[in-house]
Amino acid sequence: MELSGSEIIVQFLKDEGVEHIFGYPGGAVLHIYDAIHRQDDVKHILVRHEQGATHAADGYARATGKPGVVLVTSGPGATNAITGIATAYMDSIPMVVISGQVPSGMIGSDAFQEVDAIGVSRPCVKHNFLVNDINKLAITLKKAFYVATTGRPGPVLIDIPKDITAPHIKISYEYPKQVSLRSYNPTVKGHPKQIKRAAELLLSAKRPMIYSGGGVILGNASEELRKVTRLLGFPITQTLMGLGAYPGTDKQNIGMLGMHGTYEANMAMHECDVLFAIGARFDDRITGDTSKFCPKAKIIHIDIDPASISKTINVDIPIVGEVKQVLTDLYQILEQSAEKPDQKALKNWWTRINSWQQQDCLAYDHTSKHIKPQSVIEALYEVTGGNAYVTSDVGQHQMFAAQFYPFDEPRRWINSGGLGTMGFGLPAAMGVKMAFPQAEVACVTGEGSIQMCIQELSTCLQYDLPVKIINLNNRYLGMVRQWQEFFYEKRYSHSYMDALPDFVKLAESYGHIGIRVEDPADLKAAMQEAFSHKDRVVFLDVITDQTENVYPMIQAGAAHNQMEISPVHKKRLGSINPEGELS
Amino acid sequence: MRHIISLLVENESGALSRIAGLFSARGYNIESLTVATTQDPTLSRMTIVTAGSDKIIEQITKQLHKLIDVVKLQDLTEGNFIEREMMFVKIRAEGETKRSEIQRLSNIFRARIIDVTDSTFCVELTGSGDKLNAYIKTLQDSDVIEIVRSGSMGITRGEKALTL
Repeated sequence: MELSGSEIIVQFLKDEGVEHIFGYPGGAVLHIYDAIHRQDDVKHILVRHEQGATHAADGYARATGKPGVVLVTSGPGATNAITGIATAYMDSIPMVVISGQVPSGMIGSDAFQEVDAIGVSRPCVKHNFLVNDINKLAITLKKAFYVATTGRPGPVLIDIPKDITAPHIKISYEYPKQVSLRSYNPTVKGHPKQIKRAAELLLSAKRPMIYSGGGVILGNASEELRKVTRLLGFPITQTLMGLGAYPGTDKQNIGMLGMHGTYEANMAMHECDVLFAIGARFDDRITGDTSKFCPKAKIIHIDIDPASISKTINVDIPIVGEVKQVLTDLYQILEQSAEKPDQKALKNWWTRINSWQQQDCLAYDHTSKHIKPQSVIEALYEVTGGNAYVTSDVGQHQMFAAQFYPFDEPRRWINSGGLGTMGFGLPAAMGVKMAFPQAEVACVTGEGSIQMCIQELSTCLQYDLPVKIINLNNRYLGMVRQWQEFFYEKRYSHSYMDALPDFVKLAESYGHIGIRVEDPADLKAAMQEAFSHKDRVVFLDVITDQTENVYPMIQAGAAHNQMEISPVHKKRLGSINPEGELS
Repeated sequence: MRHIISLLVENESGALSRIAGLFSARGYNIESLTVATTQDPTLSRMTIVTAGSDKIIEQITKQLHKLIDVVKLQDLTEGNFIEREMMFVKIRAEGETKRSEIQRLSNIFRARIIDVTDSTFCVELTGSGDKLNAYIKTLQDSDVIEIVRSGSMGITRGEKALTL
């Protein structure tokens, strides 16, 4: 069929199976918006800021596994999208961003709303394309989706000059079903010899530890991870990005690890003799001081990205391949092996881990007259039955959510782990709700973060996206305040949020329901009320204790067994000796 | 340690900036970079001279390989290879003594004088970086008007080749 460039874009999206795109119109994409107007298959969601579009598409992608699609105009449209693109890049989220560009003939002339989108986005995309020939438009779109969704996923930007989308220039279009790139062939299957070596090492372990990350979720390998973990009977810890790949409420799960990980997970990391890293990248928030990381362990690492292997931590048995495939192969070997894990050693190891668990590192003060942020997450868990999709912004509330809302399923916990982008939570929640209108979607946020993309409350009204916003309002940029308390002798430089809006009235002015709760006794009822309004956005403004900190905490340069523990933990159990055992 | 990395990259706009950008963004050292097309017009051949510990070089090669525009890559320093660099030097050459001195030196280094005026010579010299440095050392600083160096190119010895 004969189509214009704009029509090709829209028809291609339909052929590719794209149902929703998030965007904002402007001069350079008006032809495309006109083509969108003339069809009903691809639904466009008009956000209020391009950052919101990228986060919404990102949330959509994280929840569904399908690529998020964004459409923005040239210049400020493209630059506003950058934060969201970088967020997706750091967390390896499949996303395709179509940006308009000034007409080909005007590129480089400092034209109105011209910016070098290819140059600006280059360091934070998996790849990007400038389309300079309408005949290459469809195949370039196909390449963009292929690159974004295969291998280690990531955002891909396509910059399309306005003349390419002109309505009067039509060419014949056929959906390119397949594409291949000679320079891009991600490894799928792991090396059989390496997998065999890994199996042998796992079976010889006395104090094993499984450390799984976001790659398991991205690679849809949750089922395989569960099978291998249960077969082995080993303890498992999950990264912030990996929560839910293995059930959070399962007894083999010993909690998140890293800077704000559980005492038991971090101690086990320090003491283990075999570490099995699966789809995790040894991020600095996980490792702490790399020279003191897992000092007693041999390390196995499965990753789709060869560049992630031995980047910060040297590993003994690297396996490059898709986690799903590698774990399937590994399971077969383990199952058929005559050798089984050393049950006696494993029993001793679990005894030790259980003793760490009994310290109850996440315990907090239940007698306070202020609402404790932890109790808010617990109430959220209770009211949603642990089944909600929870998005978060960045800071203390994010850590509390990760610690106090155990996820039993993958793709339920949606947060900006790598880039740490404040403003992510609300638009991401919109994206999730767009994908799963029947599901409960909660955005756990703080009064600092929520204000970074609060304009999207308007989008929620327009598209009927009844998400629930749980605002942990402590009138501080909590994590900044925590660091200033610990490391800057309580000099709270610009971490106090003065002149906050009345969030209840603000929510109401956007056409939503606002509820404020200040007394711990009212918390549960308020949470129930918030979720009783099935068809409305509810902004639950919870006034929380200003002094609460996130514990445990591994400070910069410290090892996993050198955690700062909470005052409650300390009071109950005495101080921790240098070896990390209780004194 | 110094490494010479040869790459075949897609001959597309943006490929060079992706590679240069990778080095600056990740703080890798770049001593020289040369690029030109090959017998296949869709491919460019690039030679990058860099330095770093084994761990850093491993990361550099992996990160380069990860770029979609990089088709193939080889660390020449891992085997036998030939390395050459080309240089032009414009030299102040006034007076018979000086002019014959420069000619004599150039002969020793097998350099060629490719442009002559009453007051200057332009010399072309090819060789290893060390050889070029040695030639420059023989000149007085005040006589050197201009130096243009190509950066190193490299190729493996023998049958082994970096091709598709």
